[in-house]
Amino acid sequence: MNIYVLLKKTFDTEEKISVSGGRIEDDAAEFIINPYDEYAVEEAINQRDAHGGEITVVTVGDEGSEKQLRTALAMGVDKAVLINTEEDVEEGDQFTTAKILEAFFEGKEVDLILAGNVAIDEASGQVGPRLAELLGFPYVSTITSLKIDGDSAVIEKDVEGDVEIVETSLPLLVTCQQGLNEPRYPSLPGIMKAKKKPLDELELDDLDLDEDDVEPKTKTIDIFLPPEKESGRVLEGDIADQVKELVSLLKNDKKVL
Amino acid sequence: MSDKILVIGEAREGELRNVSFEAVAAAKKINSDAEIVGVIVGEGSLEGLGKELIHYGADRVTTVSHEKLKTYTSEGYGQAILAVVNDESPSGIVMGHTSIGKDLTPKLASKLQTGLISDAIDIELDNNQPVFIRPIYSGKAFEKKIITNGITFVTIRPNNIPPLEKDEARTGEINSKSVDVADIRTIIKEVIRKASKGVDLSEANVIVAGGRGVKSEEGFKPLYELAEVLGGAVGASRGACDAEYCDYALQIGQTGKVVTPDLYIAVGISGAIQHLAGMSNSKVIVAINKDPESNIFNVADYGIVGDLFEVIPLLIEEIKKIK
Repeated sequence: MNIYVLLKKTFDTEEKISVSGGRIEDDAAEFIINPYDEYAVEEAINQRDAHGGEITVVTVGDEGSEKQLRTALAMGVDKAVLINTEEDVEEGDQFTTAKILEAFFEGKEVDLILAGNVAIDEASGQVGPRLAELLGFPYVSTITSLKIDGDSAVIEKDVEGDVEIVETSLPLLVTCQQGLNEPRYPSLPGIMKAKKKPLDELELDDLDLDEDDVEPKTKTIDIFLPPEKESGRVLEGDIADQVKELVSLLKNDKKVL
Repeated sequence: MSDKILVIGEAREGELRNVSFEAVAAAKKINSDAEIVGVIVGEGSLEGLGKELIHYGADRVTTVSHEKLKTYTSEGYGQAILAVVNDESPSGIVMGHTSIGKDLTPKLASKLQTGLISDAIDIELDNNQPVFIRPIYSGKAFEKKIITNGITFVTIRPNNIPPLEKDEARTGEINSKSVDVADIRTIIKEVIRKASKGVDLSEANVIVAGGRGVKSEEGFKPLYELAEVLGGAVGASRGACDAEYCDYALQIGQTGKVVTPDLYIAVGISGAIQHLAGMSNSKVIVAINKDPESNIFNVADYGIVGDLFEVIPLLIEEIKKIK
């Protein structure tokens, strides 16, 4: 099987966000593989180990994305591709990324593409389904189980807590939800091997694209932080009295009961 | 210029979801003069749903009914809605940012070669240009976003943009359009209901969420009772889900759901930054925790330091008194 994983680097979930001049400050931030993309990497490895084949992990990013690609290689992915848009795309959107990936996949033999169902930074969840549409693939989002048999697949999909059993066929794009698997940590031998695995770097030129082809359709005009919450009140006294006071505050002051 | 905005309604168990009415209100916010055209896709007679959407502010409604549209698939719904989009050539499309909205709208946007702003919580106008506000980094920050090219396509987060007042006297045309739905490659074999217990998390006005401090699956029982008397839903921290006290479907946080109810009651939750990202924009937050040093007290409006198994039953009693 030819398996591809779409990966994005995101801020570490521990990071506090600071904003200056309408932009997120990312100079000192720690980056990780988007947690939902980790499920995609893990699932790709499991599917390859079960059915044979090769996994390529792809990211649209910048020089810094190499670190997350190496981590995926250390987990067990075979090859990595960095589509470096740093010089060509000032500020892309999901249209941009999907277009770039469409060009990347042109002419490639693909059986399965896995991605996270959403990235925890911009959280639009668009790129997977957009790309599937451009490639003419069926897609299933927020999957929690994937069983492949020949050209057919049986999938469990999370729908707001309910589970749908979906039957479909390859080639296929899926986006991964929590609960699908437990992503492994890279092992030490895995990390050593990853250093020798191929990591190709491409630019828009290599994909026969220029900036105009991928010009975004949306634009972020400002970023701001939520207002600081005033420190709350810890109630005091006998527990029963505290509960009475709480109910009264919720009903009369806040009017939420 | 007379604008036309398409609102994609979404039904669940034969009823339109609230977010569909909120989407009508959102369309009005984008342009109060626009003609609002509702689209409802499904099986059987959809006229009743069409009428309801009109009661909430739609000017007219197009329905597409087909046996292959009984359950949602992106391909089936995609074909039906694209047919309506082609008929109407709207200047905007609004839908709820629900499970279906998230799955369907990127496909439509890709097909239509347009931008899409997902998960807006508010809409402002800047010289008649709609500006969409949406949370990023799970609500740790917000961005203002505009469409620079093509139609105004947006999904809105449930529970944030209030619907217009229902007017049962309001009337409008309801057309049914027949679409030849073909070639569906993703077949829904079965739906296993797991979430039917109570209210949907993302649309709940009140959420009672439990953490590791709840200690067991059994320990969640009083939380369910409290949620029931409040007409709310139960959520959980990642810690509680990892410890298998409850299903991952209930998880609130940076991974998991991001919620903004009117009232959030955090029970036995320490308040890790990843959890706070998922709930700190709730209107009123109550924390109940044994440990007075818990981080959750820093974001709570009211805190009770105490044993949840003592506090929750008392709280249920008190609330029953006033309900």
